[in-house]
Formats: sequence, structure tokens, C-alpha cells
Amino acid sequence: MDVILFLIFAIIAVVCGINVVVQTHPISSALSLIGVMGSLAVLYLLLGAEFIAMAQVIVYAGAVMVLFIFVIMLLNAGTEAKRGRSFVAQLLGMPLLVAFLALVSYFIQRSFPATTLVQFGAFKSGTAQNVGRALFTQYLLPFEVTSVLILIALVGAIVLARKELE
Amino acid sequence: MNGVPLTWYLILSAVLFSLGIAGFLFRKNIITVFMSIELMLNGVNLSFVAFSYQLKQVNGHIFAFFVMVVAAAEAAVGLAIILTVFKNRATLNIDEVNSMKN
Repeated sequence: MDVILFLIFAIIAVVCGINVVVQTHPISSALSLIGVMGSLAVLYLLLGAEFIAMAQVIVYAGAVMVLFIFVIMLLNAGTEAKRGRSFVAQLLGMPLLVAFLALVSYFIQRSFPATTLVQFGAFKSGTAQNVGRALFTQYLLPFEVTSVLILIALVGAIVLARKELE
Repeated sequence: MNGVPLTWYLILSAVLFSLGIAGFLFRKNIITVFMSIELMLNGVNLSFVAFSYQLKQVNGHIFAFFVMVVAAAEAAVGLAIILTVFKNRATLNIDEVNSMKN
């Protein structure tokens, strides 16, 4: 059951990820990216990370992607101009990418022997309660610094995007 | 076999990260380049959560949470920069934004 769920959502994630890179229109890329994020949320749930899965859906698939689509709509971004690629690049691009990914997979398989099996429900510490406790005790200072970062980003975004006053 | 090997999650994470790099390098639209960066961040987040499962600790979730927060802040500032670039140059092609090159 776990394997089937993992395979379904991993394939959705990879296909949508390829779609992000391949599509010429930004809005298609953005919608594919939402697919990647949604399927990753399911994988987080399988790994027992409930809080992160919900944050993924709310923050990434919700807030960040709405911002992206808003900007794409606002700028009326059209399709990207096709660029002529060299013959060698067209011929070797895909095989080299597949070879690279196979090599990476081989090294991951070799460095992490498949002793750990991920089973749904085996790891129960990923609840909002446990994450919150770690966040407000052990990681309190980084959490507070993050709030300053968000404040700076907020002010910076407003200053950059406002209309110039005459 | 009952359960997924942890390595599969790591391989998926590596694949997503590589796709993000490919998009970052090959695309010309500044918004798509930005979305490729988000794809890379998502791949890394999957690694964090997978290792958190293996170590039976919640720390990886905290890191993933911070990555999300920073990505949200980065998206806000980056998109504001894109708006400004578009206002000044009326283009989204990164090859045409080259005033620091000449």
C-alpha cells in the first residue's frame, strides 16, 4: 500500500517537474509546480510529517504560488521565444541527463543501504504539537530571527513594487 | 516488502533538484527561472523530512519549515524585483537584462 501510494505520487511529482521545465508558457509551468507541491505534501504525510504537509499546502501551494500566478497575470507574460540549440545539445541532452540521474541514484543506493523502510504511521512525532514544542524551545532564537527576516522582506517588497512618488 | 526504502525518497529528491537546476540553467523567462528555484527548494525539503524519519527526530521538520519561510520571503522580494525590472525594461527575458555585463 505504501509502495503504491509512493509510486503514484512520485511519478506525478516527476512528471509535473519535467513539465515545469519543458512548458513554454509560464502559467503552465506554475500549474505544474502546484502539482509537484501537492504530491510532495502527500509524500510528507507518508513520512509522518503532518505539520510540514499542511504547511506545504498552505504556504507553498497556497500563498507562494498565488503570488507567482498573480505576477504572471499582472505582467501578461507570453510564451517564451524558441531558441535554436546546437545539434550536439539536442542530440546528447536527454541521454546525458538520464545518465547523470542514474549515476546519482546509484551513489545514493550505495551510500544508504536499504535498511530503513518507511512505513506510514511508524513515525508519530511530526505533529504540530511536537514541531511547535521544538520550535519554541530549542529553536526559539532562529524562529524570532525569521520573523525579522519576514518583516524586512515585507518592507523590501513594498518599497520595490510601489509607484514612484513625483 | 511492506514499506518504501528511504533511498527512493532521496532519489526522488535528487531528481527534483536536478530538474530545478536544468530549468534554472536553460530557461529564459525570468519567472520560470524563479519557479525552478522553488522546485530545487522543494527537493531539498523532501531530503530533510526523509532524514528526519530515519533519525526519528523532529529537527528535520524544523529545517524544512525554515526553508519554507525563507522561500516565501524570497518569493515576495524576487517577484517585486521582477515587477521593477519589467517596469524599467518591458521584458522578461533574462538575456536582455544585461546592464552589468557591458
